[in-house]
Amino acid sequence: MSWEVIGIWLGALLSLCLYSFLYKDNPFYKFAEHLFVGMSAGYWVIYTIMNVLIPNWWQKLVPMEGGFQPIWLVPGVLSLFMLFRLIPKLAGLSRLSLALIVGTGAGISITAMLQTRALAQVNGTIIALGQGGGWFNWVSNIIMVTGVVCGLVYFFFSKPHKGVVGGAANIGITILMVAFGASFGYTVMARISLLIGQTQFLLFEWLPTMGIHL
Amino acid sequence: MRLAIPLMITFVAGMIMILQFFVPATQPMGDSLQEWYMIVASAAIFLGAVNLIQVHTHKIRFKLKNWKYSPVTLIGFAVMIITGLVFGIEADLPFDYLFQQMVAPMAATMFSLLAFFVASAAFRAFRASNWRATLLLISAFVVMLGRVPIGSMIWNKIPLISEWIMQYPNMAGQRAVMIGAAMGMVATSLRMIFGVERSYLGGAD
Repeated sequence: MSWEVIGIWLGALLSLCLYSFLYKDNPFYKFAEHLFVGMSAGYWVIYTIMNVLIPNWWQKLVPMEGGFQPIWLVPGVLSLFMLFRLIPKLAGLSRLSLALIVGTGAGISITAMLQTRALAQVNGTIIALGQGGGWFNWVSNIIMVTGVVCGLVYFFFSKPHKGVVGGAANIGITILMVAFGASFGYTVMARISLLIGQTQFLLFEWLPTMGIHL
Repeated sequence: MRLAIPLMITFVAGMIMILQFFVPATQPMGDSLQEWYMIVASAAIFLGAVNLIQVHTHKIRFKLKNWKYSPVTLIGFAVMIITGLVFGIEADLPFDYLFQQMVAPMAATMFSLLAFFVASAAFRAFRASNWRATLLLISAFVVMLGRVPIGSMIWNKIPLISEWIMQYPNMAGQRAVMIGAAMGMVATSLRMIFGVERSYLGGAD
């Protein structure tokens, strides 16, 4: 039996253990669930060490070409401080690490959010209005611009939703309902496609290892 | 001093990151800070791993509910760590093998299970109680139908309508949410940088 076949059997049996939850909670499901949690955690720890810490910290602290860069001890020490959260007496030191993470993250998100999530979206919405493509495209773009503006009005709570503001908020909530429905449908279909993928794996990769060809 | 130093670090780090966007001369400092940020933030995964070990050893020690499954978690965790550290993470080595043959199928199965739960939850929760709820229902139904062959078999325009819903009303709603959330994030970030929002420093004593 090759490693490939063993791998297919492992994947298939664990998938079946997890699918058994559709009947009811049972020991097979619990086994696979706990294994999944442990292996995923292990995977991410190793991934972080190999892809983040070694290239971004260790190889800069002790470069291949020789020499020692003591400045890189600072993020190392701050990372260690983060782990001190687990020791009550030293937990206060983790505030320094958190402060760096929060400060840098906040600074990055101000510019990144404004650029990608605000200005780029406004730009994309307005630019679409000037594009040609016939009356249908034009009406569709009007619906989009109206939807974005009214959706934003709905999220604006500093003014009571009455009169014109209330009307715009009403249009906004209507557009949002359509958007939420579409997003829901899209998410369901993404899950269904995963289900199809797993079913195909069981039918066309696992069953043939037992000589059953569909 | 207990709060002053962390607040100062937050302010300086935040201001460097904003400045480096507008002042090219400060960009190298911003790049270094981003690398530091990545390193320090990655420590959180170790915090999570240690916590996972603590929780499960505690469950085993005091024989808490479902404690018999805790060794499975710990063994799975240890196997991934050992194979990763001993053999490395390159393709076709044990770590990659375990990921491809065990973790990836389990992850796909877990997420595909959600298809059943989302569908059953929707069946119970979706009621055409008013015209907006009906609109949500129709929109979801058309998008789902438009993505499977039976949709075009019923009416060949269904995939086009589904695409239109995704491209216009859905995009409008998503953009409104995105712009609103971005404004909220900018405001919260500014509050953090200027020390108005300090809740993240709590709970460390």
